[in-house]
Amino acid sequence: MRFQLTEDQRALRAGVRELLARRFGREALRAAVDEPGRLDRALWRELGAAGFFALRLPEERGGVGLGLPEAVLAFEEAGRVLLPGPLVATHLAAGEVPGAAAGEAVVADVGACGLVEWLAEADVVRGDAAGSVPLRSVDPLTPLHRVPAARGVDPVAVLLTAAEQLGGATRACELAVQHARAREQFGQPIGGFQAVKHLCADMLVRTETARAAVYAAAVTADPADIDTARLLADEAAVRGARDCLQVHGGMGFTWEFEVHLHLKRAWVRTHRAGDATESEERLAVDLLAQSS
Amino acid sequence: MDLAHTPEEDEFRARLRKWLGEVLPTLPPKPSPDEWPGRRAYDLGWQRRLYDAGYADVHWDASPTMRLIFLEETEKAGAPYVGAGFVGLLHAGPTIAAEGTAEQRARWLPPILRGEEVWCQGFSEPDAGSDLAALRTRARRDGDDYVVTGSKIWTSHAEVADWCELLVRTDPAAAKHRGITWLAMPMDAPGITVRPLKTLAGSAEFAEVFLDEVRVPVANRVGDENDGWRVTMVTLSFERGTAFVGEVVACRRVLRELAAEARENGRWDDPVLRRRLGRLNAEFRALWRLTQWNVSEAELSGGMPGVGGSVFKLRYSHARQELYDAAADVLGPESLDLDRPWVLDRLSSLSYTIAAGTSQIQRNIVAERILGLPKGR
Repeated sequence: MRFQLTEDQRALRAGVRELLARRFGREALRAAVDEPGRLDRALWRELGAAGFFALRLPEERGGVGLGLPEAVLAFEEAGRVLLPGPLVATHLAAGEVPGAAAGEAVVADVGACGLVEWLAEADVVRGDAAGSVPLRSVDPLTPLHRVPAARGVDPVAVLLTAAEQLGGATRACELAVQHARAREQFGQPIGGFQAVKHLCADMLVRTETARAAVYAAAVTADPADIDTARLLADEAAVRGARDCLQVHGGMGFTWEFEVHLHLKRAWVRTHRAGDATESEERLAVDLLAQSS
Repeated sequence: MDLAHTPEEDEFRARLRKWLGEVLPTLPPKPSPDEWPGRRAYDLGWQRRLYDAGYADVHWDASPTMRLIFLEETEKAGAPYVGAGFVGLLHAGPTIAAEGTAEQRARWLPPILRGEEVWCQGFSEPDAGSDLAALRTRARRDGDDYVVTGSKIWTSHAEVADWCELLVRTDPAAAKHRGITWLAMPMDAPGITVRPLKTLAGSAEFAEVFLDEVRVPVANRVGDENDGWRVTMVTLSFERGTAFVGEVVACRRVLRELAAEARENGRWDDPVLRRRLGRLNAEFRALWRLTQWNVSEAELSGGMPGVGGSVFKLRYSHARQELYDAAADVLGPESLDLDRPWVLDRLSSLSYTIAAGTSQIQRNIVAERILGLPKGR
């Protein structure tokens, strides 16, 4: 058992992180917030060229030929930097929708809750988007439409969404710790106060527990493992962003500071894979199946 | 990143499983929890069988993955847990193995492995709990002996122990972490009084130990004089390593039993309870994955379990309490009956966020040693 990242996986993660830092840094993030609803097609093609969408497509079909663990690492990095766009839907369409693998096409999916992300920018929509109505999305980086017909969700989409949540949770913890070390009040860094320190410790505990669950689900692709990953990662992302906001005090409540973007995106992702109660119900039934 | 086992590990598991199938039916009946001499004999007897079958030193010499397999399989088969052997096998023994002289290893390690001697731990004091380094039990040198006076508390198995791994202050003038020494104290030495403490669950798990001019040979000192804090840290990292593996396996079994019981008594129809059990399933599945993650990390780094154990302990101790609170909801009013299953476990789970470093101390460790936040007051 070597349940740790391999050298190749570390290199892949570093490569994705480097690409995203270069192409979607802080300024690009601000620019995207200032122009809501517009997708950067040049970046999309660059992601395609780097193999982001074709990662799991077999080499003989023009893909990179890697597996779910590698896809999870790439999506975790995307979640870290709040990379916008229907990333999961386009990744899943690679090999099925022409142009998706190369980043030439933008693909949107009708989700389990009857929501569609990035409908107006999509070249192809999978599922029945008839009767769609735009709504004023809480997340400035995710335009949303409501549609009457919901669509079943691929378990891989659930897992990759959990990977994005994990990346967001990791980032929120880092931001909180950076601030707690630098910000001084009462003559000392606030991270020296246990009330603050313990918030940060709990963020890390939630993140690392979710990480083990998400990576294990990537290895096994087992449905109960994926439901587990989803519940743990949603919790780590939403509560992590909330606690990060709290640690930043008044700055945390501003539009300027990026934590609200993490929180809002985390909320959007919690609905992409259907209600959490469905995962809970399936995991309850899983207990009975094991005991009989 | 994989969860597959090597042929060697699979072979180890198969052999262990076969042996457990043979040996467990031959064990004597479990003694009552309050019958200490009986518990000592039962626990040591199990250790002796492990020794005879070649599994005695699995906690010390086997790879982290083999240890994980051992703990997983023994728990799944319903084998006895280390019990009275806990301190010897998981605290004092590893410390002596790492820090003791050849002579000390030869004297103390074989009886631990053969299930002949029981160790207890004399660390905490009435005025030194979380602040362990504030301990005040004094040892003054007198010829070839230390003369020890003071008191220890929360000492598990003190009534039936042969030896005590004892932390004493040998230099009161030094900074508090610097003046501490690690001694092996024979529990039959004159001047030792053991007073059992009753837990809120009604059981006698631990005791107070009073020391009045107890003579401990200098030859029983492990590590240098005043170097006991460093020696002790070796011990504590063992405690937070794989110590809870068997318990996570056990919690997952309890959860399945709870689901079956809820189905039986009709409470399964309550969606709130059902989803709570589903979420606990996610929780313990994730804790099992975190265990595998930590074990693989230890395996690849070749090192001792590190502060990652604190992350695990924080999450696990809380989850265990949630589990037994859910058990009470499955039982309903029956949860007030001490003769029902899980009711005593619910009471004993209350110690988990306190023992072996409170959750508050664990959060300080995580924040300071992993996240690099400043030490504060």
